[in-house]
Amino acid sequence: MERFARLLTDLIYTRSRNSKLALLADYLRTAPDPDRGWALAGLTGQLNFPSVKAGIVRDLIKERVDPVLFALSRDFVGDTAETVSLLWPAPPGPVPPSPTVSEAVALLSAATRATAKPVVAGLLDRLDEDGRFALLKLATGALRIGVSARLAKTAFAQAFSVQLDDVEEIWHALRPPYTDLFSWASGAAAKPDITSRPVFRPFMLANPLEDAVLDLADYAAEWKWDGIRIQIVHASGETRLFSRGGEDITASFPDIARVFAHEGVLDGELLVRGAAQGGEAGGAASFNALQQRLGRKVVTANLQAEYPAFVRLYDVLFDRGEDLRRLPWSDRRVRLENLVSQLNPGAFDISALIEAGDFDELADLRAAARETDIEGLMLKRRDSPYEAGRKAGLWYKWKREPLTADCVMMYAQRGSGKRSSFYSDYTFGCWTAPEAEGGVLLPVGKAYSGFSDEELRWLDGFVRKHTVNRFGPVREVEKSLVLEVAFDAVNASTRHKSGIAMRFPRISRIRRDKPASEADEIRTLRGMIASDPGSAASSIEARPGD
Amino acid sequence: MLASPKTPRWIKAEREGIHLPTTDWWIDPSRPAANALVTHGHADHARGGHGQVWATGATRDIIALRYGTLTGGRGLDYNEPLDIGDCITATFVPAGHVLGSAQILLERHGERIIVTGDYKRRPDPTCVPFQPTPCDILITEATFALPIFTHPPIEREIARLLAAREANPQRSLLIGAYALGKAQRVIAELRRAGYHETIWLHGAMVAMCELYERCGIELGPLAPVSEASRDVLKGQIIVCPPSSLNSAWARRLPDPINAMASGWMRVRQRAVQRNVELPLIISDHCDWNELTGTILELSPEETWITHGREDALLHWCALHQLRARALDLVGREEDDTG
Ligand SMILES: [Zn+2]
Ligand SMILES: [Zn+2]
Repeated sequence: MERFARLLTDLIYTRSRNSKLALLADYLRTAPDPDRGWALAGLTGQLNFPSVKAGIVRDLIKERVDPVLFALSRDFVGDTAETVSLLWPAPPGPVPPSPTVSEAVALLSAATRATAKPVVAGLLDRLDEDGRFALLKLATGALRIGVSARLAKTAFAQAFSVQLDDVEEIWHALRPPYTDLFSWASGAAAKPDITSRPVFRPFMLANPLEDAVLDLADYAAEWKWDGIRIQIVHASGETRLFSRGGEDITASFPDIARVFAHEGVLDGELLVRGAAQGGEAGGAASFNALQQRLGRKVVTANLQAEYPAFVRLYDVLFDRGEDLRRLPWSDRRVRLENLVSQLNPGAFDISALIEAGDFDELADLRAAARETDIEGLMLKRRDSPYEAGRKAGLWYKWKREPLTADCVMMYAQRGSGKRSSFYSDYTFGCWTAPEAEGGVLLPVGKAYSGFSDEELRWLDGFVRKHTVNRFGPVREVEKSLVLEVAFDAVNASTRHKSGIAMRFPRISRIRRDKPASEADEIRTLRGMIASDPGSAASSIEARPGD
Repeated sequence: MLASPKTPRWIKAEREGIHLPTTDWWIDPSRPAANALVTHGHADHARGGHGQVWATGATRDIIALRYGTLTGGRGLDYNEPLDIGDCITATFVPAGHVLGSAQILLERHGERIIVTGDYKRRPDPTCVPFQPTPCDILITEATFALPIFTHPPIEREIARLLAAREANPQRSLLIGAYALGKAQRVIAELRRAGYHETIWLHGAMVAMCELYERCGIELGPLAPVSEASRDVLKGQIIVCPPSSLNSAWARRLPDPINAMASGWMRVRQRAVQRNVELPLIISDHCDWNELTGTILELSPEETWITHGREDALLHWCALHQLRARALDLVGREEDDTG
């Protein structure tokens, strides 16, 4: 564990991407098997120890350190694993030999809910500070040390001089500790064959269009549907649904998986039947409605009937064992149109192409999209192959303009990770009525992005200088600062006193010029609520956009 | 909660500093005062503009260097009592924080109050060690008053510094260290560890290092960075104020390894926020065990806590059935002197 712990520490203090790659590559090339495979799994977020919950770690430390002192320390450090690694008392007597990564993984995997606590405590007792930090990061899943899965895989490719695309292609078919991957990369074995396995293939993603004007002779347009992007795969008699990140979500959508048995790999948007997006013709409910189907352990027949899911298809990657990804989009589109007619029409349809004479006409259609609650447009180069990742110039997303409102900062909280010493999470409010008529501010949302580092330092200073009250980690501030908040939509919400919830709020401008009394009223926000029968539900948590 | 004993009427904690109302003297006041007792030369304790400044000789020299010549007051030796009126005596007692730093012992009719200022308990070749002084009320700093703060031995940190230099002969090693105290301590510890090459200084460091040398603290060969060519600085140690790390000034150095000497470096994200590649946990303040240990050792009837994370130390006192209260002094936010 010492080498892995040192790697993590070095990575944290290393700024340049190239130096990080060099550190990772050196470790992956020279650390022993299967330690390096488990480490790679940790770095790519592929380790999961269901019995080891973050709560266990908190319980363990509270048995050893006064809970108030722990809470104050945690608030200062901004990271539970680091706080615990710093506070963990060394056991009396000589330090026993530290565990290897493999041994730690084996012990954590074998842990049950009953044994998880002593197992974790036993491991912590055998490690120094850096080792404890590394262990806790591994054990509780997210490393969050500024190394993405992509960077780790890039380092792997660099370490063994193999192609990153080849690594990505087979990655999802392999399991930790990736012995077969290391064998292939180091030249000791052939590349693992995955063609006949129901595995995830990397998605092709779109870039924001910004200000470009495109020629519709070269680009086809589709609506941007607001559900979750999925890949549906059928191979060797098995069907799998994967989310954007390659997570297997088959269990949440048995109604879809059950009726798909076409050997191949398709790309589409998972939606719920309704009339919110694009009206009756659009045929899709809001994202809010789809949320009712997400993250459920048990998907009852009632739930399936109440929120009937379907897939609106965008693309085809494989058809009956044939890899179509090198074909131009237009050819794949023809294949997809033929294919969709063979699928269950209740569970599958095709994302229609938008007819527009020229780009200006398309711009008008996009501008009108707000009335029909459509998120925006997609533009796809007609000759584009299906390329993993976000290649420039091929696919674009062209979202409608965000909505904005002027709100007043009410509370602030310290961020985590890099921002742990800054007040970077802001709760803001709008007026119930004009202030002069006795209106008060009610919170309407929370944002922790949209500002530059320099603005963050300014906002942090504002919070510190204008604190009127402290509640644990939260500071209430003097209600004097107006923030222009941008958001994609407003939903009705019963969870908030204001009755509304913003979708993807972010700070778009700091309005030092504007007095708080001139911020918007809640009724202005209510007027923006999307016409959506299914939206009385909970507010929307942020999710990765595409 | 324990009932608070009667606070002596001759001392009051104001937001601007500790005030002795019966004689109108102040300790480390944050705004100009007629009579100021100053514990040490750091900017959050020593401000300009006071009428009479009473401090150790070294502290007065430091203040003079920073704010210009001092007119009123005089320099006092450690343990030399000063009568300040209303039967109150003030005595400067070594605090072990930086050159000239002192605790202030206040006595009146047998009542004893210690104002620690900033202090540490570790040995430091650049200043007189902390002198534990029994008292009824202890007014303690709390800069690193969280149990996560345990400072490692300085020898370990200096060894890491020298190892990083050894491993990167093509790069310069730039240490961000506060210009008063930290910089000279790091230099003195490097000498103690056997490093005798020239240590290069940012211009803002030069005068303070000279002052230390005049006070008899030997720092070995020093030279301003401006006198060296870029090539000469490869594999060399350079000391600069923390604010100069990542500055335009640092760009002329050969591929500097950013190091920073501070107790805050104990927390990874603190180092990351400042783009520090080599965090050195070197502090001129007490760590948690030393703060709590000092309270137990002196066992005052009451502890007043200021200057930092009052809440944690206050809670610790409550857990140990010790009387304590937090003072709310202004202008003592977290800073680089840590
Ligand atoms: Zn100080
Ligand atoms: Zn101080």
